[in-house]
Amino acid sequence: MKLTDERNQCSLVPLFFESRTKAAWLLLNMRNEVNHWENVLKEALVAVNAATDSRSLDELRVHYVGKKGVITTGLKDLGQLAPEERKQAGQLINQVKQQLFKAIQARKEFLLAEELNQRLMAESIDVTLPGREQHGGGLHPVTRTMQRIVELFSQVGFQVVTGPEVEDDYHNFEALNFPPHHPARAMHDTFYFPDGDLLRTHTSPVQIRAMKTMQPPIKIIAPGKVYRSDSDQTHTPMFHQIEGLVITEDVTFTGLKGVLNQFVNAFFEDDLEIRLRPSYFPFTEPSAEVDVAWKKEDGSEGWLEVLGCGMVHPNVLKAGGIDPEKYTGFAFGLGVERFAMLRYGVHDLRQFFENDLRFLKQFS
Amino acid sequence: MKISEQWIKQWVDIHQDTQTTVSQLTMLGLEVDDVLPAAGEFSGVVVAEITACQPHPNADKLQICTVNDGQNSLQIVCGAPNARRGIKVPLAQVGAVLPGGFKIKKSKLRGEESAGMLCSEVELGLSEEGSGLMELPNDAPLGESMRDYLQLKDTIIDIDLTPNRADCFCVRGVARELATLHNLPMNEPVIQTADIKHNEAVSVTVQAPKACPRYCGRIIKDINNTADSPLWLKEVLRKAGLRSIHPVVDVTNYVMLELGQPMHAFDCDKIDGGIMVRMAENLETITLLDGSEVQVDESFLLIADQNKPLAVAGVMGGLDSGVQPDTRDIILESAYFDPAHIMGKSRRLGTHTDSSLRFERGVDWQLQERAMERATELIISICGGHAGPINTVCSEPDMPQQLEIKLSAGHLKRVLGFDVAFDRVTDIFNHLGFQVLSDQSGWTVKTPSWRFDLSLAEDLIEEVVRVVGYDQMPADLLHSDDVIHTLPEQQASPITVKKQLVAKGYQEVINYAFVSEKQLQDCHLAESGYALANPLTRDMAVMRTHLLPGILVNIQANRAHGELNLALFELGKVFNRSVAQDLIQEDVLILARCGQAQPEQWGLETRAVDFYDLKGQVDDLLEAVPGDVSYQLGKKPFLHPGRQADILLNKQCIGHMGQVHPTITQRLKIKTPVYMAQLDWQSIAHRTLPQWQAISKFPSTRRDLSIQLAEDLSWETVKQGIENSIGSESDVLRQLLLFDVYKGEHIEKGYKSFAIALIFQANNRTLEDKEVDKLVAVGVSFLEKNLNAVIRT
Repeated sequence: MKLTDERNQCSLVPLFFESRTKAAWLLLNMRNEVNHWENVLKEALVAVNAATDSRSLDELRVHYVGKKGVITTGLKDLGQLAPEERKQAGQLINQVKQQLFKAIQARKEFLLAEELNQRLMAESIDVTLPGREQHGGGLHPVTRTMQRIVELFSQVGFQVVTGPEVEDDYHNFEALNFPPHHPARAMHDTFYFPDGDLLRTHTSPVQIRAMKTMQPPIKIIAPGKVYRSDSDQTHTPMFHQIEGLVITEDVTFTGLKGVLNQFVNAFFEDDLEIRLRPSYFPFTEPSAEVDVAWKKEDGSEGWLEVLGCGMVHPNVLKAGGIDPEKYTGFAFGLGVERFAMLRYGVHDLRQFFENDLRFLKQFS
Repeated sequence: MKISEQWIKQWVDIHQDTQTTVSQLTMLGLEVDDVLPAAGEFSGVVVAEITACQPHPNADKLQICTVNDGQNSLQIVCGAPNARRGIKVPLAQVGAVLPGGFKIKKSKLRGEESAGMLCSEVELGLSEEGSGLMELPNDAPLGESMRDYLQLKDTIIDIDLTPNRADCFCVRGVARELATLHNLPMNEPVIQTADIKHNEAVSVTVQAPKACPRYCGRIIKDINNTADSPLWLKEVLRKAGLRSIHPVVDVTNYVMLELGQPMHAFDCDKIDGGIMVRMAENLETITLLDGSEVQVDESFLLIADQNKPLAVAGVMGGLDSGVQPDTRDIILESAYFDPAHIMGKSRRLGTHTDSSLRFERGVDWQLQERAMERATELIISICGGHAGPINTVCSEPDMPQQLEIKLSAGHLKRVLGFDVAFDRVTDIFNHLGFQVLSDQSGWTVKTPSWRFDLSLAEDLIEEVVRVVGYDQMPADLLHSDDVIHTLPEQQASPITVKKQLVAKGYQEVINYAFVSEKQLQDCHLAESGYALANPLTRDMAVMRTHLLPGILVNIQANRAHGELNLALFELGKVFNRSVAQDLIQEDVLILARCGQAQPEQWGLETRAVDFYDLKGQVDDLLEAVPGDVSYQLGKKPFLHPGRQADILLNKQCIGHMGQVHPTITQRLKIKTPVYMAQLDWQSIAHRTLPQWQAISKFPSTRRDLSIQLAEDLSWETVKQGIENSIGSESDVLRQLLLFDVYKGEHIEKGYKSFAIALIFQANNRTLEDKEVDKLVAVGVSFLEKNLNAVIRT
């Protein structure tokens, strides 16, 4: 690569014509002088621009403007000239000197840049070699899904609370308005311990615990593990639920519908149609299942059940020490794995608990 | 429950397609699970009569039949053994298509022409099993399409009822729902009261009136035991998924499907004395209709005679006392059993019957005599016979009562959040069969005898809103309250810590909270786990007492498919017993690593993970936890005895870490050391609230020391010795950095060398060399005198 500086190509002739007011007889003599220095400059500039390293450039500097250099000598010899000539010739030689300095400087910078560039190019690496790798970690997809849901509800003021997994009959059933031997209990496939305690079958017992320790307005969300004695393609004996509960003086069934509408749309980032359908849970009245209009893989569309909800049953409010005459509440519960499966297209529920890294890494 | 769409339409006058009915039922709360055709698809099958039969000349088992299809006389070759002159049968004409797309063509069978095919029930997709031609009644009109004749232009709707809606286990209940929705009357059949032809009443003694508040019995004598159930009855049962058994049994089943009353019929001759309704005496044995012999305890209600149990009330009748083909006199039973006494009983007997399903959820308690009349009417029309009087034993105090529920218009609005027209509410209640009184403020409702799920105003609100339609209800926005809730800054949320670990390359796992007893033993976790009373399998029989067994299985499984370098964590509950044997369930965090410290790659030398990799991670987690962290050699049986530590926070043990005992990993065929750390979640969730401190403006000074000392002296001893000795002189020692540990060449056996940097800095001045040298000398002197250390530089 060659840099060219056009300023180095300029001529001294205009300088001379500026001095034409001087005596005409000097003209001839001076013309010789000018020609001489013009040639010196031309020659020097050619040499400077041809210099390929800083050492040869320095030699050129010494040759022209060093102590014994051509131009330095020219300036020393000015004394031998007639006074009229001396001034003009002095100006002329100084012009030449400055032009040459500039040219050397420019060339020097150019050469330095060139040398740096060459040195850097010599340091080139293979940018396609693999990057330095660390072990990659990741959250479990259930955690990832649960966290998203919790964050969505946190935005509108839901507080996160948790409860024990080994529960007593009171919190899991009785306080939630399941009478003893009620068929709804049989639907829960409960794991029992010999002393009558059980593994909670839903996160709803947290409702009771929250009501007993908090004052309305209550607005909570309770994520956690739940257990049912059921294991097949579509059931695992342990899974995760998120329970929501709101108790104030003015929550309504239409308010519940609105919240769940917003939630489903926010979670799936899509304007999905949802429908509430009458159902039965002992702890809510009225009760509803929420279905989402879902496009299946074969292209057909159908309703898919995603959560259960309802207005908190007055018996449950009473069990929680809350006056049903004054307060109303709504509650909802959803299965985290179900939401994760729909969101990420997971086909096999059981993979969530096999902890195969080839599965888990897909969600990091 | 399977129910025929056409039957519903007989009860309520709706004109709409199946899909509309299905979606209306679902939106009323009767979730439709499935919609099925009433029979297999077939066409071109008509009613025909065999007018003549003669043997096939070339085949023993075939007959040549002459068949009249109402228009023509056809020759058809048939192999059915029951083909005979005079019977009416379904004929698949030439061009007919049978279920499965089987087309009927004109053909020759062993040389004889056959213009069609005579069909069995199986061939028409009406039954799963059976042999021989389907025999039609004599009055079946010749030439009529079989689909019209059998009313197969029908659809079976399979409804999945929630436990509160036992009233809809019959066409009457389902029709009532649709009638309410459409604001239409219901077409109930007119039930004739039977003429009493004899005066013999069955003797009934109810010893357990709480369990059986009402029992009705009636004797019907002299039934025709050669009668067969008519086709319409068989078809109703077939569409409901029941088999035709005997006309009397079929009728009792019909009444159950129609009105909702499960009934039973006994053979009069098999009963000694009268009917006795009593609780079982301990461990009585009875053989049920399905042939199973069961033992029942005192919690079971029995129907018995003087000598023996006849039936498990509300569940199933006995084999010996039931109606047989030769039965002439029957006792019909129509009773109201208390749901609480029937609940769970069939499950305990390992069975599940249509009767128990209804009784345990509640049968209309005013229905018994009507159902008895309905059954009598149908039995006599099919089998003849003479009805006696109904003997009803009823204990009024034990009968359920109609409840009176008040609902105010204000309450309705307060719960729903939108207005429903006053008259619409009144109409809904009326259609649902509630007795309603209303004034301006609201409604007073008396609950009907078939509803067991209504006791509060909220129950009525649900009735209103489900009929109005959840889909007609507006969606309101949540009114946000102004309270700001936040997690205390000094409380770390699980997700914060999880993300911290993920950033360090750890993968989260979630394991089942139950393990096998053997897994705990194999992991040297001696205390026995909190065991389930009804585990699913032995592999999931006890609650985990530690997270180690689960994560070791994960390591084993992942290594098996080639993932050798693992860094895993799990946050979950463990279940242990306190000294007082109480259950403690608390969250713990486990970290586990094995394999190489870094992934295998170019330009980086690999090295196996060791104790200190994990310790560094533990320190990292505890960095923000207030208090002094220290480690001391621990004694956990599941860890390598020389490579494990208890983790102490302010001298309290909050966890432990180390190499998993090699015998454990070897047993699991994990051929590499596994390091683990487990920490109590509560101890690490508490965080320091940062407190500002001035930054020194003055330079720091570093001095390096290399010392040689006995191998068994711990770094902790050296560190504390230097800190304390220098600390007693001055507070300018900022940091002690151990930058090398060396054993081997140039170091005597039994000794090791530490290279330590001491970094000094003062807040108020630049330290002079003289001062620093003096402090270093204090530290050195301690090391020489107290630890016999030799200074190497």
